[in-house]
Amino acid sequence: MRAFETALETDPAVAPSAALRRGRAIVITSGKGGVGKTTTTANVGAALAARGKRVALVDADVGLRNLDVVLGLESRVRHHLLDVLEEKVALETALVRDKRNENLYLLAAAQSREKEDVDTVQMKALIAQLCETFDFVLIDCPAGIEMGFKNAVAGAHHAIIVCTPEVSAVRDADRVVGLLPADWRPELIVNRLRPDLVRKSKMLSVADVNDILRLPLLGVIADEPGLIVATNKGEPLAYDAASTTGAAYRAIAARLDGEDVSAPTVNTEVGLFGKIGAWLGGRA
Amino acid sequence: MSARRIVITSGKGGVGKTTTTANLGAALAKRGHSVVLVDTDIGLRNLDLVLGVEKRIVFDLVEVVEGRCQVRQALIRDKRFESLSMLPAAQTREKTAVSEEAMVRVIDELAEMADYILIDCPAGIEHGFRNAVAGAREAIVVTTPEVSAIRDADRVVGKLTERRMPLRLIVNRIRPEMVKSGDMMSVEDVCQILSAELLGVIPDDEEVIDTTNRGEPIVLDDTKRLAAIYMKIARRLEGELVPFTNLESPNLLKQFFTLWKAG
Amino acid sequence: MIEFFRSLFRPERSSTTAKERLRLVLLSDHLSLAPDVIEALKAELFAVISRYVEIDANNADVSFEHREHDVAMTANIPILQLRPDRPAPPPPAPREAELAPEIVAQPVAVEAIEPEATAPVPTPRRRRRRKPAQAPQVSQPQVS
Repeated sequence: MRAFETALETDPAVAPSAALRRGRAIVITSGKGGVGKTTTTANVGAALAARGKRVALVDADVGLRNLDVVLGLESRVRHHLLDVLEEKVALETALVRDKRNENLYLLAAAQSREKEDVDTVQMKALIAQLCETFDFVLIDCPAGIEMGFKNAVAGAHHAIIVCTPEVSAVRDADRVVGLLPADWRPELIVNRLRPDLVRKSKMLSVADVNDILRLPLLGVIADEPGLIVATNKGEPLAYDAASTTGAAYRAIAARLDGEDVSAPTVNTEVGLFGKIGAWLGGRA
Repeated sequence: MSARRIVITSGKGGVGKTTTTANLGAALAKRGHSVVLVDTDIGLRNLDLVLGVEKRIVFDLVEVVEGRCQVRQALIRDKRFESLSMLPAAQTREKTAVSEEAMVRVIDELAEMADYILIDCPAGIEHGFRNAVAGAREAIVVTTPEVSAIRDADRVVGKLTERRMPLRLIVNRIRPEMVKSGDMMSVEDVCQILSAELLGVIPDDEEVIDTTNRGEPIVLDDTKRLAAIYMKIARRLEGELVPFTNLESPNLLKQFFTLWKAG
Repeated sequence: MIEFFRSLFRPERSSTTAKERLRLVLLSDHLSLAPDVIEALKAELFAVISRYVEIDANNADVSFEHREHDVAMTANIPILQLRPDRPAPPPPAPREAELAPEIVAQPVAVEAIEPEATAPVPTPRRRRRRKPAQAPQVSQPQVS
């Protein structure tokens, strides 16, 4: 990677321009942990691959990797992100092909290292390299806004914010949006919606969440116990034709792929927002 | 008096650390102890929100560490529990603003003011985790019965064991019906995999979202089953040997099958 | 084949699948996180093997491979020659008369999956199988 870094730093002609770049690099982030970033990365990636796109998934959660497990690929991981960045192994060697779809590849995180072992220059170069051969590069961001977040964002061109309809998650998502490059227009996925609770005014609605975040809505995923089973087995629901959650992920993939899919309507637009009030500070 | 200093950690985000910190703290306060809750999630604070004190923050942990105020000035006393207060995290700073040594100093100072200090740890195992653990002498590891959460909890158990820190486990969001149908790992499975002593089992409960929305810890309402469970965990923390409750299924037919444990 | 039919008539519960996957994943995680334990394992392994054969310790190595259903340890140990002063093998049982002397490993501090010697040494046709490796830090608790 050092030769790559030096080249990028000193020779502008080497840096891939937008015209040369084939792929879109999208970071999937949230701030709050446990809202479904990894599940989203796996499922949207699988759905895009099912549409015939070449997709690379990058697990940036160094030290606490889980994208491999959600995809059911943990037994195939031989090398990881840091092996590539430290030039111990070629990128092609480290990429693990998905069991079910030959268009989908995974670059696993290192488990026995720390997020501080990676820097943003290295990540930019790596993502740029991936964008040369893949249509989509999805980067699974760890929780938080520290080095792990910065690394995951570096090199990406676009962001998807995953947020659950809970006050803590919305607050953290808002913070993250404020930390992304100013010219980005991140899109929102509202995850783990419980329409029954929204109806009873016990949960924020999608409208409530987006009244605060004000982002283009990419998709809404309702809570489903089947997701736990899917992770148990390592079989993303996006591959399950019968799953409504899978269908929601496939719709998100279609939208990302440029298709004009109408946003799913959730018949529970009753807002709770008025009671929550303006407890959010500024995004500074 | 020198307090018991307990860090509540998990590795994985979103498994219930902050909710547990708030409710366990409230339960201990209800039982007459003086409790200080410390939010170490600098940059992404949420303990204030869960407790419903977000509008009353004047000073925060970073300002205390930087000497811009006394720790007592930063403490927010809960209006519902006389003996419960919290030290909020800073929102517009980063975790690197505080060092482990500084955390130890703050916790040492707080230890002279309370019976219990509960330290809410952020997700992850980096700087934020190290800060949260620095001032603690014992740990509660929170996990859910899901593959990713258990894997991350295992990592954290490893880190805590390296520091020779005594730890106990809370299994959160258990769904007895899914355990029975084989769609979810059981409490026993989780304890076996993590080789940790069990402190508590908390069933999945949709009331938690509602109480967080309102900033009213569920322990406030004695009629809620989760309130009783947190009170039992508090008693176990005090050293009492409280048996785990058997959660009977409301469906009469299911009473023929194994009763699930919770509590 | 049997497993295929078993899965057909009694589909495995996902919690069982999850537990098994976790067991392997944690074993793999622990192995990559315990370099000092692995160094100790290597040292003892090489010492034991050195009692029988002279090895090229500088080029010897041990690695762990995460496979579909287990984690396997592979030891790559260049062997230079047999030791003249090596311990005597046990007297062969009648049906073993044709086989090369079996290398019997001494108990090591950490239970290991048996190593494969990859240098040109007559490979014993029967090997003593050991139990699968246990992750170093994990012990079985009793749930109260």
